Amino acid sequence: MTARVGVVTFPGSLDDGDAARAVRIAGGEPVRLWHGDADLHGVDAVVLPGGFSYGDYLRCGAIARFAPVMETIIDAARGGLPVLGICNGFQILCEAHLLPGALTRNQHLHFRNRDQVLRIEATGTAWTNTYQDGQEILIPVKNGEGCYVADPATLDQLEAEGRVVARYLGGNPNGSQRDIAAITNAAGNVVGIMPHPEHAVEALTGPSLDGLGFFTSVLKHLVGAPA
Amino acid sequence: MPRVVVDVMLKPEILDPQGQAVANALPRLGVSDVASVRIGRRIEIDFTGEPDLDRAREIADKLLANPVIEDFTVHLVETDDTVDANR
Repeated sequence: MTARVGVVTFPGSLDDGDAARAVRIAGGEPVRLWHGDADLHGVDAVVLPGGFSYGDYLRCGAIARFAPVMETIIDAARGGLPVLGICNGFQILCEAHLLPGALTRNQHLHFRNRDQVLRIEATGTAWTNTYQDGQEILIPVKNGEGCYVADPATLDQLEAEGRVVARYLGGNPNGSQRDIAAITNAAGNVVGIMPHPEHAVEALTGPSLDGLGFFTSVLKHLVGAPA
Repeated sequence: MPRVVVDVMLKPEILDPQGQAVANALPRLGVSDVASVRIGRRIEIDFTGEPDLDRAREIADKLLANPVIEDFTVHLVETDDTVDANR
């Protein structure tokens, strides 16, 4: 049976269409979820897309975290539901305390929009199991508040537990501590990534097909997961 | 009726590029004796009844501030209406 992957649309989401398309290209069935609807409609995994939820008012992701659909997703994620937060979705996952740390204004103050090389450093997660450890991938990055920060103890813990999922190579686009581009929770089902794998799934529209692995990984994870 | 004011500031160890950008612009105004500028956020809350500082602290902790990167303080001020009435 085809895995059903939910993609949430918040007011201000703008990459939800691309995320749904990436799910479809990977072989899954995208299911559009609405921020005001607490029901997950039986999806097997969830993607929180990029954008500017609730206008980024207060802080990026701060208000989205209290959307009805997020209350349900937070509970489900703690129960093992695979959740991928991309860009604004990563910010929402940190605000929801599903991932540690926070994302702050890019250190150089500029919005950064370019193709970015990353090194995948954790392949045991629900969203990266089809990559090779240490594999370098090229996917777009586009953010104004993508600087990952956490206290030194948290950073040390992430490193020690192998929870840094991806690091920036060839220049850090936003000043993120220890060049961190993506992290996971302790269980490996929740991943937050600042660059955009969903924009690198087709030759026509992306710099590579390197982003597709995130979406094929969750499908593989779901096939292998106990019912 | 007093108003609850929540002041949110980035923690001292968190880089404040916005404040730095402002600090870097000050010499253009001829100001050369400012060591640093930090920029925060002021939120004013009017309760429908008596102002509730404990509730305001809870709101600040859960939503208005992110304790990972920000500190906040909560205090009461007289609203302009009250000030006018006292004049």
